[in-house]
Amino acid sequence: MSGPTRRIFILRTGQLSLGLALGAAGPQSAWATPDMMKQLVDEITGGKPMTKGRVTLDLPPLVDNGNTVPMTVSVDSPMTDDNYVKVIHVVNEKNPQPDVITCTMGPRCGRASFATRIKLADSQKITAIAEMSDGSFWFDNADVIVTLAACLEDIL
Amino acid sequence: MMRLSRLRVSFALVCASFLSSAPFAAGDEIPLADRKSGSQFMSRQTQDIENDDTSNPAMLWVLDGEALWNKPTGADNKACSSCHQDAATTMRGVAARYPAFDEKSSKVVNLEQRINLCRTDRQKASPLAYESRDLLALTAYLARQSKGMPIEAKDDSRIKPFRAEGEKLYSERLGQLNLSCAQCHTDNWGQKLGGSLLPQAHPTAYPLYRLEWQTVGSLQRRLRNCMIGVRAEPYAYGDQELVNLELYLMWRARGMPMEAPGVRP
Amino acid sequence: MARALVNVPAKAKRGEIIEIKALISHPMESGFRVGTNGKIIQRDIVQTFTCTYNGEEVFKARYSPAIAANPFISFSTRATDSGEIVLTWRGDNGFEAVETKQITVE
Repeated sequence: MSGPTRRIFILRTGQLSLGLALGAAGPQSAWATPDMMKQLVDEITGGKPMTKGRVTLDLPPLVDNGNTVPMTVSVDSPMTDDNYVKVIHVVNEKNPQPDVITCTMGPRCGRASFATRIKLADSQKITAIAEMSDGSFWFDNADVIVTLAACLEDIL
Repeated sequence: MMRLSRLRVSFALVCASFLSSAPFAAGDEIPLADRKSGSQFMSRQTQDIENDDTSNPAMLWVLDGEALWNKPTGADNKACSSCHQDAATTMRGVAARYPAFDEKSSKVVNLEQRINLCRTDRQKASPLAYESRDLLALTAYLARQSKGMPIEAKDDSRIKPFRAEGEKLYSERLGQLNLSCAQCHTDNWGQKLGGSLLPQAHPTAYPLYRLEWQTVGSLQRRLRNCMIGVRAEPYAYGDQELVNLELYLMWRARGMPMEAPGVRP
Repeated sequence: MARALVNVPAKAKRGEIIEIKALISHPMESGFRVGTNGKIIQRDIVQTFTCTYNGEEVFKARYSPAIAANPFISFSTRATDSGEIVLTWRGDNGFEAVETKQITVE
């Protein structure tokens, strides 16, 4: 694992085990908070400012089911050898962990866009951050509402 | 979790309003022209997953089913294909007319039971467990061969008593929440129940990949899920009551195109 | 048993941007769910996905437990030469899956 990623991993697992050890307030106290997400964002950008724009984060405003939420991220970039998207990070504020996915791209992609399906534990704001070849950071947010299924299968 | 108990309270309040409304009259069904598939009650993004064979997770089961179809099994080492050859031809339309009447046992059976009857009687192999990956794969593969075809309503006097039983079950209040299928899916389709849109409960896409289960499941699994939802003791897999209900639901959806294998929230 | 659904166009024009879609069968157990015995169900996820085109890495994704079960990914790459596109998934408990597709570029 590279430098910043390893630090993030240790930071997160450390906080998680602390939360579980405390136990009193239940598992939710060990889950990610907007502060943890902010910390991760700072790790990603190295403290550099990020500008809203060029990135489009496509998520349904009201998800059908939090277990599988289709997500598309695209970045306005020519994807040439000297002007391309290096990495796209997606982070969240209310899942147990603040990171969602990290995609490494390059000029060979032709188009800076990817789609996947994610899990969301609660209604929250998702952020997609693009790291460009010139070292600049751009981002987009999306607010998503997540509800539980009306009829659960487990006999509670 | 705090969220869950709040949901249960709001759910109970919703049910209380149902209890006070006029009793449902069996036969007050959705007009045929107003019927909509469950896919119309989900977001565009989820519909896209279902409509793209290269991204629909249920296709993994269809591929497995195809492999099983051609795999020799049982005492005589015969595959389904040994008798039925190419499923794309011979099995076309089959899933669209199940549940169907079984001559030997004189009762209506569903597709899963039909597969197991073939395995035990013809292939001399052991039956596959309900909701096992193999049985789901075979049913998904077979259902796929009827994709786009209209659901058949057989005018068979032998199946009428089973269908009547299914209709009765559909209209009967069940469970601690004292709700019938009809109250949600015929009287209140299109409205919200705890944040989810209520569909009309047509089985056009089964077996399907349910996002809630994160796997493929049968119609019976979904029916049991609903029964647990209203706090009723669910019927066991394979119980005649569930088969009768499946039969009634297919009749209720007669003429609607098969979508299986589908994707649903 | 079918482990992956992979869609790579068999043919493309030189320089054309093609879309690759891949879905792998995997439970993506997050490691945060509590089982019926009250214990945490152990994490079991795919950690990385890479795509190489004639040996050169053209796309890579690092998954977290927040990626849904039976993970799906779609991305783009330029059709440069004919050859092999190799998709590799690696994850917990020594999980590894490789899918290879041939592409003809004119």
